[in-house]
Amino acid sequence: MRVPLSRIAHGRSGDKGDTSNIGIIAYEDRWYPVLVREVTPERVKAHFGALIEGRVERFELPNLGALNFLCYGALGGGGTLSLRIDAQGKTMAAGLLGMEIEIDERELTD
Amino acid sequence: MIRIANGQGFWGDWLEAPVRLVEQGPIDYLILDYLAEVTMSIVQKQKQADPSLGYARDFPPLIGRIAAKLKERRVRVVANAGGVNPVACAREVKRLAPELKVAVVLGDDVYDRVDDFLARGLELKNLDTGEPLTVIRGQISSANAYIGAFPLAEALATGADVVIAGRSTDTALALGPMVHEFGWRADQYDLLAAGTIAGHIVECGAQCTGGNCIADWQTIPDFANIGYPIIEAEPDGTFVITKHHGTGGRVSLETIKEQLLYELGDPQNYITPDCVADFTSVRLAEDGPDRVRVSGIQGRSKTPFLKVSVSYLYGYKAQGTIVYSWPDALEKAKAADAIVRARLAALGLTFEEIYSEYFGANACHGIAAPVNAQPAEVMLRVGVRGKDKKAVDRFTRELIPLVLNGPPTGTGYGDGRPSVREVVAYWPALIPRDEIQTRVEVVE
Repeated sequence: MRVPLSRIAHGRSGDKGDTSNIGIIAYEDRWYPVLVREVTPERVKAHFGALIEGRVERFELPNLGALNFLCYGALGGGGTLSLRIDAQGKTMAAGLLGMEIEIDERELTD
Repeated sequence: MIRIANGQGFWGDWLEAPVRLVEQGPIDYLILDYLAEVTMSIVQKQKQADPSLGYARDFPPLIGRIAAKLKERRVRVVANAGGVNPVACAREVKRLAPELKVAVVLGDDVYDRVDDFLARGLELKNLDTGEPLTVIRGQISSANAYIGAFPLAEALATGADVVIAGRSTDTALALGPMVHEFGWRADQYDLLAAGTIAGHIVECGAQCTGGNCIADWQTIPDFANIGYPIIEAEPDGTFVITKHHGTGGRVSLETIKEQLLYELGDPQNYITPDCVADFTSVRLAEDGPDRVRVSGIQGRSKTPFLKVSVSYLYGYKAQGTIVYSWPDALEKAKAADAIVRARLAALGLTFEEIYSEYFGANACHGIAAPVNAQPAEVMLRVGVRGKDKKAVDRFTRELIPLVLNGPPTGTGYGDGRPSVREVVAYWPALIPRDEIQTRVEVVE
């Protein structure tokens, strides 16, 4: 079945210059492998389309059941240069949590 | 065990937070983080206009307000409120709270040393682009090295009630008191990493105690009286994050995990002046209501460099808005945008970038936003950025006329034409560690 990522995860986002840093955290440890399987750098980049100009790099934190994404060239120049309202990427985590993922009903309810 | 509380996540954070931390329960250290990158160029300008300024001006009145309580409860303060003029900041604190002993940490401000660095072949290349600093030499407005926890510990060793630093790292404000109290050495990297990660968790104030928390945010109690974070630090590098009893907000695995990931970068290589911390070693456990225990942290040797942040005048920008109501609010806003761009082109004006967004439709998330076929209103915001101030200024006159000579229902232009703002940009670079010699002074 398809559910929004927000069903199994929460997160927070911010900036590093022109790079958007998006942390995504599984609500339950058993959903961490689902994050690893479903939330790939390619899907993150596609989800935001033109908003992310560069590549997306993913880091794994199994100890926290979390993934950390660095999205390069995603903040319109970043910091003081950016002409975007969300120049620090504060809302990017919420945006990513709206992405649909594929999950077995068993994985969701067990 | 010592209790280290953070009462300020940035200059402009809640004024009541540090007062409440001192009054509402036991703490040993009050740390206050005032400096963002943009702050350094602002305080440098203030100092150029008036040599007695150039620091976080909220700080001395705060200390004046809480001085008696600090003395009574034996709470010591560590803050990077000094900006580019820690001594002037300390003098103002002494004027308002003469009973307190105040020490400053100096040596991070390298604004006057830039030409010397360049003359000696230190290129201060931009970490992102590789360009040498000479490219922007004429536009520089501040230059500071990020300093670590040991100079702060040295200042605490003078017995000062208040320690004022310039550009110390945010995390050093928490690690400094631990180094001082526990006698941690410069090569005990696991311990230094533990204090650094404790500092990372609390450096944004209430952002680890329920603020800006996505997980179950509707159930977080009493935001109006949110408690700011307290580290209960142990000599072995383990610690608990908590807040005062009776305050609002929440400390849970979720609130701590969100803040651990905030602006983290590569989790195994969190580089500070004191160590390289590994966030994949962090172990979290619930430890009662509003308490999370943190352990297991590992770190590695510091690098041979310190980071230098140089601010410089990049150019100019302006942004203006018009609101369009339904029906067809988004279509009207897009039509208005096309008209503005056509008029700018007809004037022969060029910019580094023209950027348009549609508030109420998709400004934050682009194609990732849910589609609303008929939003009640949409706000068009058009911005331009460029080196030519005259061109940016001419742009600011092209928005309001649209209310009369563009699509229908344009409104919300009450603030008049937008202002032209200077764009101060940041140039991150590395400098060999031995170029930066800090020193501590007690200010009488």
